[in-house]
Amino acid sequence: MLTFQLIPYSEISGLNSEAKIKKILNIVKENKIVLMQGKLKPSEETTLIQRTMEDVTREFSGIELCTVYPAEKRNRELWAILKALMVKYIIGDREGLTIIGPASVVKEIKKDPNRIELFMHSKKKKKR
Amino acid sequence: MVIRSFQNFLNRLLGRLFKTKRTIKLGLYGPPNSGKTSLANRICIDWLGKEMGTVSAIPHETREINIKENVTIKAGNKKISFNLVDTPGIATKIDYEDFLKFKLNPKDAKDRSKEATKGVIDAIKWLDDMNCVIMVLDSTKNPYSQVNITIIGNLAARNIPVLVVGNKTDLKKANLKKLESAFPQYKVIGISALKGDNVDELYKEMTRLVN
Repeated sequence: MLTFQLIPYSEISGLNSEAKIKKILNIVKENKIVLMQGKLKPSEETTLIQRTMEDVTREFSGIELCTVYPAEKRNRELWAILKALMVKYIIGDREGLTIIGPASVVKEIKKDPNRIELFMHSKKKKKR
Repeated sequence: MVIRSFQNFLNRLLGRLFKTKRTIKLGLYGPPNSGKTSLANRICIDWLGKEMGTVSAIPHETREINIKENVTIKAGNKKISFNLVDTPGIATKIDYEDFLKFKLNPKDAKDRSKEATKGVIDAIKWLDDMNCVIMVLDSTKNPYSQVNITIIGNLAARNIPVLVVGNKTDLKKANLKKLESAFPQYKVIGISALKGDNVDELYKEMTRLVN
């Protein structure tokens, strides 16, 4: 059985980077797939990879990670750009979706510009 | 990180203004098995006459940061000197059982896995020290992997100049167009580090990147 756990933006917006990453990793280590509203900052993504590597064991081999973010519209008017920036500043950057799953469950996340495919392990691997 | 980006920017600006002699660190970054060490070897053979590290089909062959100091390359009338930093491949998962498929014994596989996780952490830590980066990607693989996007995003956030290299163009499955459409804001050069295809074009771009 696959379990997806949704993390709405409101649940993580008040957390600092370390707390956010700890929360994500705790859920992933329970063999659940995280669907997080919004995306991590680039520095948070690298910290997530670092913390993941620090935690790698025989049982936990790491994560599969993917972020879907709406493509920047080109040739937008200045007002539209300013409006979007203001909205982000006031309510936070809620656009996009981040998928993070344990590598023992999610074999691969393939992303093309317009679609995402989650490949699962067919059965739980036996650790020697 | 904002402070670090600002420091990087300031260092570059001051360096240009006062032409101070500084040691440039040029990093080779990318996912495992994209050919970073093959490229480092190609550069070192072409300009220093000897290889830099060992390469292997088994992922995570490079598990420590390797530095070759004072590499000087010339392209046209331009000449640049830098310290070449070959980094371990960045990955989000490392399973020792994957190494068993390459006929490593369990102990060696476990050791390799442990060293590889440390290598990934070190590679990320070193991002802050780079002055410019060549992002080495396997042109036969899907470029839209999150690791690629994360590395590029971090370099952009730190204002570190980046050149994207699509390696392994000698292979039939190579698809440079896909690489270019994945990273439209960056210059993409297709090469074969193993065979030396198009490396002259790469050296030309490197002189622009470092300057």
